Amino acid sequence: MTSIFNKRNSIIFFVLLSLIFPAVVPNDYFLYLMTTAFIWVIAVSGLNILAGYTGYLSLAHAGFFAIGAYSLGLLTVKVEMNYWIAFVLTLGITSLSGLLVGLIALRTKEHFFAIYTLCVGYIIYLVIDKWEGLTGGVRGLIGIPTPANIGSLAFDSVHSQYYLVLFFMLLSLLIIYRIVHSLTGRTFIAIRNSEQLATTIGVSTMKNKLLAFVLSTFFAGMSGALYASVIRFIGPEIAYTSVMFDLLMYLLVGGIGTISGPIVGAIVIVWVSQQLQFLQEYRMLIFGPLLTLIIIFYPRGIVGAFISLKTRAQAKKRKVPIVNESLTPTQKQIEEG
Amino acid sequence: MDILIQQLFNGLTIGSVYSLVALGLTLVYGILHIPNFAHGALYMMGGYMTFTMMTKFGFHYWLAILIAVVAVGLLGVLMERFVFHPLRNAPPLHDKIAAIGILLFLESFAQLVWGGDYLTMPTPYNQVVSIFGLTFTMQRLLIIIAAIVIMIALNLFLKKTFTGATIIAMSQNREGANLVGINTTKVAMLTFLISGGLAALASSLASPINLVFPGMGHLVILKAFVIIILGGMGSIPGAILGGYILGFSESLGATYISNDYKDIIAFILLVLILTIKPTGLFVKGGHT
Repeated sequence: MTSIFNKRNSIIFFVLLSLIFPAVVPNDYFLYLMTTAFIWVIAVSGLNILAGYTGYLSLAHAGFFAIGAYSLGLLTVKVEMNYWIAFVLTLGITSLSGLLVGLIALRTKEHFFAIYTLCVGYIIYLVIDKWEGLTGGVRGLIGIPTPANIGSLAFDSVHSQYYLVLFFMLLSLLIIYRIVHSLTGRTFIAIRNSEQLATTIGVSTMKNKLLAFVLSTFFAGMSGALYASVIRFIGPEIAYTSVMFDLLMYLLVGGIGTISGPIVGAIVIVWVSQQLQFLQEYRMLIFGPLLTLIIIFYPRGIVGAFISLKTRAQAKKRKVPIVNESLTPTQKQIEEG
Repeated sequence: MDILIQQLFNGLTIGSVYSLVALGLTLVYGILHIPNFAHGALYMMGGYMTFTMMTKFGFHYWLAILIAVVAVGLLGVLMERFVFHPLRNAPPLHDKIAAIGILLFLESFAQLVWGGDYLTMPTPYNQVVSIFGLTFTMQRLLIIIAAIVIMIALNLFLKKTFTGATIIAMSQNREGANLVGINTTKVAMLTFLISGGLAALASSLASPINLVFPGMGHLVILKAFVIIILGGMGSIPGAILGGYILGFSESLGATYISNDYKDIIAFILLVLILTIKPTGLFVKGGHT
């Protein structure tokens, strides 16, 4: 039994499922919804590197997402650059701005870091909103082109965009998986568990924190760029704190500090929000308390709850008493991903 | 010169409101060592409570404020009981996220009950007074006086009464306070009561010159964070001083720099402070 449902097979199963998904859904709207969910997966995975693995809660992530979206939008609409050159430049711009902010922001710790980044996010929002000459202010930026053709591959239909975003999502997840399971990733976790201890054993914490921060903004930028070219309209509200809280919710509900958490969280919440669309602006009446309840009772989200269920079942099978299963999640996370 | 004095007076008014909000935030930080992101939502609830008491039930302004202060204070206590108390041993990240959850809920709740419109709160103190060539409404004068009275009363309470001393003791050392027989659970609840009350009072005083809407707490709470970092997290005189510093720099900035960008001043101030001194100005020893 277990040999069929092991990790490798389930990954293959889900990748295949996502590949045939366009063929089984009844209409393009669902496909479009799934595409946006995948875009959020990329952004949330970026946030996860920093908040989940390194333990620094950055509340400026939506700001970097917006920097990515606006960089791509401005480069393609105003500078009229080739799409893919603009795309690569966008990744560079967001990473560079992440580096600059990170250099200063990471001098602060814990609460100061959260408050500092919250303010940085707000400044990004205010600048986008007020600098009408560049960003178009509240009117936003319209007419962003769809991704340019690569050879004979065109990306102007919903189907092709779905596959494009899927490609970038899988690529990001692969990169993040490799990072997290490398020595660098373990260093991040060491910093999360105890920064002082990490320094004591000779880890250059500043360098590694900066790396985590830049990586997280890199993925925020990628996600923002894809968002701009799929939605094709962007306004200053994508930098607003409500987007930040959405990202945080995807991460928390899915499971912070796990690779699959952002995937589960983003997809589940995007679909549930879709079902609750009649609630519109009141949906936070449900999601707000949900967020609070999850953090109290299931601090590691759906994936975390699933993993502890599985470990419990395995322990029962082996008739081994469960020792301290709520603590030391790190080791289990590394093993089960 | 007239403009300068007028702006200084305005700065004193906004500064008073900021100080009251920051006081509540700093008290809670002193006790629990968490930044309460939901404090802005308490501020917003206070504004709506007073508004409803005045317009729906026709209560007098002061009675309405009193009811709002008690109601929001109790809301704060509920938050402590159901959210922050169960999370007291959790990593600090969890408190922050839980607070954000409460914030989202309360904002959505206000939107559901009162709608998303901008409401104007009536006030019995609309008279225009002019002293020494300065003209201002009674409401603004009232804000300053009320804020100063409350600050003095709070200070006396913390310094001269036994209950107040327990709050200070707990903010200095939680385990130590527990060891000498202070009921830390009770003190935490009391702190949340005071903190919520202060937020409600601040918004009830400020609403007649601003507006009441679901997002009214956003900017105020962000600025209150700037203030408590400016004044030192957990420090009470720091919160008062920081509130006035921010009030003055904003009103002067609005006149002499740009009215559009006046909200950004606070954040640039914060970014500058934390860039130069990552642990904030005037840090007290002992807090980790």
